[in-house]
Amino acid sequence: MAGFLARRLLNYLVLVAVASSLAYMLAAGALDPRSNYADRTPKPPPAVVDAQLTALNLNDKTPLIQRYATWAAGVLHGDFGRTVTGTSVNEDLARRAGVTFRLVLLGLICGSLVGVLVGAYAAVKQYGLFDRLSTGMSFLVLAIPVVVLATMLILVGTWLNENVFGAKVFLVSGEYSDGLDTGFWGGVLDRLQHLILPTVSLSLGLIATFSRYQRNMMLDVLGADFIRTAVAKGLSRRRALTRHALRTALIPVVTYFAFTFGTLLTGATFTEKIFGWHGLGEQLINSIFTNDVNTVAAIAFLAAIAVLAASLAADMLHAALDPRVRTA
Amino acid sequence: MSLQEEELAEELRQPPRAPSRLRMVGGRFFGSTQGRIGFAVLAAMFLLAFVGPLFSPWTYTDKDFTAFLQPPSAEHWFGTLQTGADVYAVTLRGMQKSLIVGLLAALLSTALAATVGAFAGYFAGWTDRTLSWITELLLVLPAFLILAIMSPLFGDGQWVLFVVMLALFLWMVTSKIVRGMTISLKQREYIQAARFMGVPPVKIIFRHVIPNLSSLLIVDATLNVSAAILTETSLSYFGFGIQPPDVSFGTLIADGAKTAVYAPWTFWFVAALLVVTVLAVNLIGDALRDAFDPSAARKVRR
Repeated sequence: MAGFLARRLLNYLVLVAVASSLAYMLAAGALDPRSNYADRTPKPPPAVVDAQLTALNLNDKTPLIQRYATWAAGVLHGDFGRTVTGTSVNEDLARRAGVTFRLVLLGLICGSLVGVLVGAYAAVKQYGLFDRLSTGMSFLVLAIPVVVLATMLILVGTWLNENVFGAKVFLVSGEYSDGLDTGFWGGVLDRLQHLILPTVSLSLGLIATFSRYQRNMMLDVLGADFIRTAVAKGLSRRRALTRHALRTALIPVVTYFAFTFGTLLTGATFTEKIFGWHGLGEQLINSIFTNDVNTVAAIAFLAAIAVLAASLAADMLHAALDPRVRTA
Repeated sequence: MSLQEEELAEELRQPPRAPSRLRMVGGRFFGSTQGRIGFAVLAAMFLLAFVGPLFSPWTYTDKDFTAFLQPPSAEHWFGTLQTGADVYAVTLRGMQKSLIVGLLAALLSTALAATVGAFAGYFAGWTDRTLSWITELLLVLPAFLILAIMSPLFGDGQWVLFVVMLALFLWMVTSKIVRGMTISLKQREYIQAARFMGVPPVKIIFRHVIPNLSSLLIVDATLNVSAAILTETSLSYFGFGIQPPDVSFGTLIADGAKTAVYAPWTFWFVAALLVVTVLAVNLIGDALRDAFDPSAARKVRR
């Protein structure tokens, strides 16, 4: 087992290295930081622009291989270089990672919890009204892209603010209001008001996926012999369902949870951008527009690590929860 | 009846016609409500996208300089945009593009998944290791980032390149499934027989392995259509997909979202059409899966 894990880990390390190198090469080759200086008035002299670009390791007159070597040496020392404005990529991304983490964690917990409950209940009452309704709803939600869903939520939120509440209940831009002075609880309330709509937009899709998944798993388990045995031995149906069926059916869902968490670190891009949260995903889009090669490469690196760590965690969780995997 | 006569009768009797698989699957597909609704809606969408523009006096490049941002009227059925463009004409044009991009990307990615997966599973050894490694590498690379970086290349009617890139990031998961199924198919008698008769491996893959995975691939291709349309919308929304002056669902939704608060018709018509299209494709995919494999759907029924 240890040898298998070590080999797997090594393979992952190579994958991360190749993937982020490829991302750097593509970004450095396709993006053009020099054009950032073209629109400035007064126009800076070419020598100054060259010096500036060289200092940031973005000069396209330096061969790509040489720029890559400088960048890679930096990354090996834990330094992702500087942004186009000269600030440290590390500091910028560390702050943004916190924002993304808060948003994704809450959205994922809401989404998976509600999704599992909906799916489990739908399975127990198969072909009932609730089952049909939840199936129909999840089909509908899965057909709406996140960008459209987020826009719809903003429209509905502002409409409700104006016509139902008569006050700003849902705040649709940013993580908190600037310069707010209402004490600790006022701050918490303000953050909550900002949090509701982005969380809903993240979790709706997750609820749909998780409930479909949980329903199928639960149906598989419900027909199994050990549930019938449990009921035959005198357990109440409710106890058999929660203690035996739900627990077994949760194993694949837990695995899926770990995997989704990894992919969501950049998967929340659209939600962050539309709701104006200054997280990693928003920066990904901004950095492409501002030709910020080092930031793009750093985010690609983080995304690769997140995906691989998540799939490793999913495998290990699966092995820890399901004895059949361990012995096999 | 003598023995010879009996043999003759045996020969003369027509064998009962084997039910054709296509007819069986088709029957099951159209027998389900999901399948019927999905097919009808998608057909209607195609009809709307490709025949609908003929009924409107406006084309998607026309600008009506007497009507900016006007609500729906007899003149402009879906209203007009800020530029004076007719929403009905523009929306249908965007729908054409999105449907074509979605279909092509799905076909391409499924073909790629089938080929790579089958080769990896059939040849094993180094071929398998190399192909699986490439598959994993593409899974690790953030697709959105690569497509976004390459987006300047998609201008000037180069949308075919966009389709290719889109397909390049859609095939990996299916290819892993195909690989697993090929490994088990390889042990089957008919594949063994073909091998011992000296049929070259490439021919075995395309004549025997891939056709036997057709049900999986057809369902996958259908679901990939909706995945491709959704990805295209998200990319175009941020300006990384279909480039102006061409329009697609994504670019229209991005424009509409800006004016949606005071001009709802610029957003809701195109959003509704997008959701209905994707929903119809998903329904078809689900119904097809049940039609190909009725045991999977009924297994859990008690």
